[in-house]
Amino acid sequence: MSDGDTRLPIEPLEVRHRREGLVHLALTAAIALAAVPALAIVLFIAYKGAPAISLGFFTEMPMAGMTQGGILPAIVGTLWLVGVSLLFSVPIGILAGVYLSEYAGRSLLARGVDMAIVNLAGVPSIVHALFGLGAFVLFLDFGTSILSGGLTLGVMTLPVIITSTKAAMQSVPHTFRVACWNLGATRWQTIWHVVLPNALPGILTGVILQVSRSAGETAPVLFTGAAFYLPILPTSVWNQTMALSMHVYALVTQVPKVPEATKYATALVLLGVVLCFNSFAIVLRTYLRRNRRW
Amino acid sequence: MEFVIEGLIRLSGVSAIVFILAIFGFIGKEGIVFLFTHIVEMLTSTDWSPTADTPVYGIVALIVGTVWCVGLSLLVSVPLGIAAAVYLSEFSGERTREWLKVIVELLAAIPSVVWGFIGVMIINPLLQAGGAQVGLNGINGALVLGLMTLPLLVSLGEDALRAVPESYRQAALAMGATRWEMVRLVLLPAASRGLLVAVLLGVGRCVGETMAVLMVTGHAVRIPNELFSPVRTLTATIAAELGEAVRGGEHYQALFALGVMLFALTFVVNLIADRTIRGRAESVG
Repeated sequence: MSDGDTRLPIEPLEVRHRREGLVHLALTAAIALAAVPALAIVLFIAYKGAPAISLGFFTEMPMAGMTQGGILPAIVGTLWLVGVSLLFSVPIGILAGVYLSEYAGRSLLARGVDMAIVNLAGVPSIVHALFGLGAFVLFLDFGTSILSGGLTLGVMTLPVIITSTKAAMQSVPHTFRVACWNLGATRWQTIWHVVLPNALPGILTGVILQVSRSAGETAPVLFTGAAFYLPILPTSVWNQTMALSMHVYALVTQVPKVPEATKYATALVLLGVVLCFNSFAIVLRTYLRRNRRW
Repeated sequence: MEFVIEGLIRLSGVSAIVFILAIFGFIGKEGIVFLFTHIVEMLTSTDWSPTADTPVYGIVALIVGTVWCVGLSLLVSVPLGIAAAVYLSEFSGERTREWLKVIVELLAAIPSVVWGFIGVMIINPLLQAGGAQVGLNGINGALVLGLMTLPLLVSLGEDALRAVPESYRQAALAMGATRWEMVRLVLLPAASRGLLVAVLLGVGRCVGETMAVLMVTGHAVRIPNELFSPVRTLTATIAAELGEAVRGGEHYQALFALGVMLFALTFVVNLIADRTIRGRAESVG
């Protein structure tokens, strides 16, 4: 405390207690304002979208310029994109997390990597889109494809996996490692047989969050892999594809005469996917904290 | 065998550095020459017409549009977010806090395209009913950005307050302070750096936000002259025009130049945030 005026106000107790009550009320109002409108909006989307959701909505191609039919290719396309991004970012991210937790120590390089992760996480999604276009679509000549889009998403979500892997591994007590070293195990054997298995659920939480994040992102795939209207299912990573997030954007801003319920239903599906994955991650994390063996 | 794996680990370890350099390299390659040759025009002209016969690349209106949306949204979301964080951290019961934190975390996960959807489908008609001529405008953008960043501010703010040692609270309460006096006189000053970091990250997030503002701000390159003016941001310009720009052409390079600026801006914001966190680690310990 640096400033001089740290004395408690000398006022009648009654006044101070009344103020306490008012502040309590104001802060309660603040948390309500922070959460209630957003929650209400989510429920409103569910209310408006639910009537248009049927089995056919998930299994049919969009028809008549997207004004009828379902969203099957968008769902399948998102699966492809998320799959490619996982294949790229999970191995690299986990290995990088292992490096930061077990090898890097407090070296200058480790500081540099930490800084890079923070910055990578803060790069705007549209800048990732520019990078994906320049690096994957044009320079590596992957074209506008699932591969380019998935890789762009992968680079973007890499920090999520690195950070959660690092945290999960560091939460494994050091004594576990020491015990293993004393048995004559090498550093890698210790990591593989002792640290990683204990950190696995925590790492998994990060991977789930990555899935949800990539499924929701739009800007990075806008110019790298996603198409507005392509009512066929992709067959390889070299195809372009529709994507759920892109479809929400297209229905709202680019295509005229789409029934309102269809728009809400599409947004609801995207919202549902993202919130389900995040809820799952939260449940997993809570379960882990309760059942930690150390 | 082990040698190979450890090599892979070290290689992946520096991947974050490699990618951040690669991002800068690839964007800089297209944008930096344009940025240096056109910097005066960009920063002095309010006219952004890249497809005109004699193209003009002034970004003043785009910067003002960004500042307008971001500034207006933070004006509301920062005080509200910190107040909510104080409630969560100091005034709510244990169980309520757990539930509220889950809700806040879920709200923070809502994708930006869904926020854009909300702006177009829900806030747009509401603003029109409230007297705006066009519902897609800067205020809509500010509202959407505010709703988006609130959960982020609440959870980062709560982390910052939780990081203040319990002994500070106990000392203040033992002196006979009420809970609010404890918060105002002890907790907020002690957590100020952490709260500043929360705000900085909120700013970075808002400035870089793309899809939502692309969809809801009305897309007019002009300096707002009334409350409900449509505006356009830097990010939205890239998203809207990159598809049409001829690859390698001047327009294309101009958009990459905007990317370089955004990259540099968020880089600096993150750097300051990182410095601030480290400063806190040294002072509180």
